[in-house]
Amino acid sequence: MEVHQFRPSLPPPRMSVGVVGWLRSNLFSNWFNTLLTLLAIYLVWLIVPPLLKWAVFEADWVGTTRADCTGEGACWVFIKERFSQFMYGFYPAELRWRVDLTVWLAVIGAAPLFVSAMPRKALYGAAFLVIYPLLAFWLLHGGFLGLTEVETSQWGGLMLTLVIAAVGIAGALPLGIVLALGRRSKMPAIRVICVTFIEFWRGVPLITVLFMSSVMLPLFLPEGLSFDKLLRALIGVILFQSAYIAEVVRGGLQAIPKGQYEAAAAMGLGYWRMMGLVILPQALKLVIPGIVNTFIALFKDTSLVIIIGLFDLLNSIKQATTDPAWLGMATEGYVFAALVFWIFCFGMSRYSMRLERKLDTGHKR
Amino acid sequence: MRAAMQNPATISRPRASVWTDPQVRGWLFQIIAVIAVVAIGWYLFHNTQHNLAQRGIISGFGFLDQSAGFGISQHLIDYTESDSYGRVFVIGLLNTLLVSAIGIVLATILGFILGVARLSPNWLISKLATVYIETFRNIPPLLQIFFWYFAVFLPLPGPRQSLNLGDTFFLSNRGLNMPSPNMAEGFWPFLIAVVVALVAVWVLARWALRRFEATGRSFPTLITSLVLIVALPGLAMLVFGDPFHWTVPELKGFNYRGGWVLIPELMALTLALTVYTAAFIAENVRSGIQAVSHGQTEAARSLGLPAGKTLRLVIIPQALRVIIPPLTSQYLNLAKNSSLAAGIGYPDMVSLFAGTTLNQTGQAIEAIAITMSVYLAISISISILMNWYNKRIALIER
Amino acid sequence: MKMVKSTLAVLTTAAVLGVSGFAQAGATLDAVKKKGFVQCGISDGLPGFSYADAKGNYLGIDVDVCRAVAAAVFGDASKVKYSPLTAKERFTALQSGEVDMLSRNTTWTSSRDAAMGLNFTGVTYYDGQGFLVNKKLGVSSAKELDGATVCIQAGTTTELNLADYFRANGLKYTPITYDTSDESAKSLESGRCDVLTSDQSQLYAQRIKLAAPDDYVVLPEVISKEPLGPAVRQGDEEWFDIVRWSLLAQLNAEELGITSANVEEMAKSTKNPDVARLLGAEGDFGKDLKLPKDWAVKIIKQVGNYGEIFDRNVGAGSELKIERGLNALWNKGGLQYAPPVR
Repeated sequence: MEVHQFRPSLPPPRMSVGVVGWLRSNLFSNWFNTLLTLLAIYLVWLIVPPLLKWAVFEADWVGTTRADCTGEGACWVFIKERFSQFMYGFYPAELRWRVDLTVWLAVIGAAPLFVSAMPRKALYGAAFLVIYPLLAFWLLHGGFLGLTEVETSQWGGLMLTLVIAAVGIAGALPLGIVLALGRRSKMPAIRVICVTFIEFWRGVPLITVLFMSSVMLPLFLPEGLSFDKLLRALIGVILFQSAYIAEVVRGGLQAIPKGQYEAAAAMGLGYWRMMGLVILPQALKLVIPGIVNTFIALFKDTSLVIIIGLFDLLNSIKQATTDPAWLGMATEGYVFAALVFWIFCFGMSRYSMRLERKLDTGHKR
Repeated sequence: MRAAMQNPATISRPRASVWTDPQVRGWLFQIIAVIAVVAIGWYLFHNTQHNLAQRGIISGFGFLDQSAGFGISQHLIDYTESDSYGRVFVIGLLNTLLVSAIGIVLATILGFILGVARLSPNWLISKLATVYIETFRNIPPLLQIFFWYFAVFLPLPGPRQSLNLGDTFFLSNRGLNMPSPNMAEGFWPFLIAVVVALVAVWVLARWALRRFEATGRSFPTLITSLVLIVALPGLAMLVFGDPFHWTVPELKGFNYRGGWVLIPELMALTLALTVYTAAFIAENVRSGIQAVSHGQTEAARSLGLPAGKTLRLVIIPQALRVIIPPLTSQYLNLAKNSSLAAGIGYPDMVSLFAGTTLNQTGQAIEAIAITMSVYLAISISISILMNWYNKRIALIER
Repeated sequence: MKMVKSTLAVLTTAAVLGVSGFAQAGATLDAVKKKGFVQCGISDGLPGFSYADAKGNYLGIDVDVCRAVAAAVFGDASKVKYSPLTAKERFTALQSGEVDMLSRNTTWTSSRDAAMGLNFTGVTYYDGQGFLVNKKLGVSSAKELDGATVCIQAGTTTELNLADYFRANGLKYTPITYDTSDESAKSLESGRCDVLTSDQSQLYAQRIKLAAPDDYVVLPEVISKEPLGPAVRQGDEEWFDIVRWSLLAQLNAEELGITSANVEEMAKSTKNPDVARLLGAEGDFGKDLKLPKDWAVKIIKQVGNYGEIFDRNVGAGSELKIERGLNALWNKGGLQYAPPVR
């Protein structure tokens, strides 16, 4: 008796699997797609090889002066020679260990906060947020407890950029939360005050805020009281940023189901305890990605302090390009600045996206 | 939400003390807050007044009528050095609006292309779009402006060695010189022909739509319109002669004379703002399109709509509802970022008014207050406009 | 709606500020003595006038003016703190009390003196506006600049003079205004503009910062008067006098032949009554100014006389190599003339 034998199935057509299949379905599925692909390849060919040639293959990496740059490509010697100025500005060379230490302390101190299994994380975090700024101020500025004073006019470079961004966000966060609560308050006067404040700062460009803080603020203050230029810029940045934080936090507050409010009220909690113990912990967790995004925007905006004459990373680089010994290095300088900003911003945006996925605990409606 | 905010104490009041009554406390709190705000305001105002008075600084808006006395590189309306600071302000404002308007149009076009490209089934195209977006949105706009200006436009050859495009366009580090049109004998017939064509297209479109809705028969509106728009003015030109004669820029002395010029400051600023904002708009467009469920596409295709019509009639109208609100804030950002012009010497409102004028007159408070109010006004107008548009679009919703 | 409200609030606040009044004598000197240093507003980087060297030390004529005041008040020229200011910030920084004096190559004009609440104490440098052009253009006079593109720094008197000059001569021009002098220099170098205009002293300073300084030439025309000098706030005559006489003492010292090398010697052994009065050996002029008796000795010992300062910073002893010209003493064909000490 003959048993019917199934024939083994034929392999899929060679054109639809493997590299060829992938190419066919992703790049050459129809004539329009093929055209696009060819166009894209041409574009890449137009941009990438010259870029690589300029930035890598024909670039100069070794040497100490402009004369060492003989190739057709970029002159990275310039960046190498001025690197410490781009990082620290005019911070005295023999005291730069203080800046390094501040950064390391931040990295080491904040590291446990990123470990999920860390016990008593909130307590540690709060302690860190209180102690670290004082420590950082002592290390960077000095002038007491045995450290020599380094005036803020000597601060500069990436260090100043980081200081402005960090202080800006740290100062804006509490103010922003209060404003967000105020905007959602049922008391009309409070609501009007907060909405006016928020919309005012969101409506004007940061550059005019910085002008205001550098030119007008001294006239607003009583006689004899004058602030450091950096401090004035920081005040402007904090006020400006708090309005944006307030809007982000408001989004979080709105996303909390009203059952949470009702449950808290049913427990007999008053307004502040309801907010502090029930609503804000949930809402803030939701808006961490939003806050990180605001921070990225702020980080990019710090470059505007150039307009009021502070020497942040961008201004240090711009200044260095006017040095007669290094004329014609504008492109190298800007590309380097772009790279530094890009690394920070891209890193943070990836982190924020990861957080968003991790924190998505289904609260949102 | 309002019900949730109500404290149970308002429903039953077992306590006697007035101070624990949340309503009383609410009022008290508000009164304190208002007093505090007024006090801070008064304090700052008082300080300012005292400081100005003591230092003998003249204040007020009288300076707006004074003659400015300095030159401006780009003015859309007539300006001479003897004009007033008030006119300087208007010129700055127009320059700001010009950059914002061009930037918004270009960034929207580029942003939509990139957003769609990012979702393209073509792997290479979508990756290229991703690289573009991730690169440009993570670099500060001011840096991009500097890059375009100092590293791209300034190193262009001087006017005498300018890049010559068909003897009509000249690109140099003085900008892009181009011919300017002047009215010629055929101008009025040409204008009338254009208007007639536009009206005809509008009538035709309405008729075609009505017929389509009534009978389901479609009409090749697009092609007919294009033919109308090209043919009518073309006919007018043939019959009545050229509507314009063109003034071609000529190199005379130091510079090109005649024609129009796009100054490099304007080009650098517009380009940088467009490139930067387009990256954000692309992301908005992508998330908007992704928010439309795939079932919509499938349904449209199963109804027999071709791909183009699916996109135009089904996907985009729904996606726009998601895209418009964030798009509004991108437009606002672009308008605000145009103030970075101060960094490269483009005469926008901030650099002309909060910069030069402030410095020549010394009236910091007035100059900055006016500048800030104008930005607030621009922000509010764009918001209102986009909210209105948003509402119109939202009506499509069931 | 709410945003409209806040707009109105800003406008009304600004509109109500229509006030002016009388200045009253303050006590800048007391405040300066109390904090232990002079806060001095200087330029954000102009070789010869005020700039930071590689180690971050400030040098230049404007800086030396500040140091002289510190030497007069404290007997120590190093007791100065500097605030580098942009052209935009300078006046409000002084008005608001952020700096005690402004020494930032600032032109003395009537509107600044009268409407901005400032008082200029003297002239440290008689300057005039000139033009810097590329030799390739083949221009030998400013009158040939019809149709040129001109780079300037925003918000300066040069911007106004330029407009006046071209208008008076019936010439056309396109101005390109930048915030900093570095930007305008870069722009000239790239050929974005044909001409750079600024005070002549600055043109020389800018020229040495260019890649090929010899390709550029300063045109002969001087189109304006630019007396540069230090300024203080209105209403404090005491402080005004100190800043004024710190400069005048240096001018008198040059005229009398007192230098940083011989000042101590002369203070002890002089027979010349003019020298004796200036250096505090005779009379009580220091006390009138509320300064120590030997205030002028300290200035000249630590900072030098006017001639020494000029020479060291912008003159023959510097890279700029600017002639004394108008800045020579009155008895040597210049304009620098100091009232006598008596």
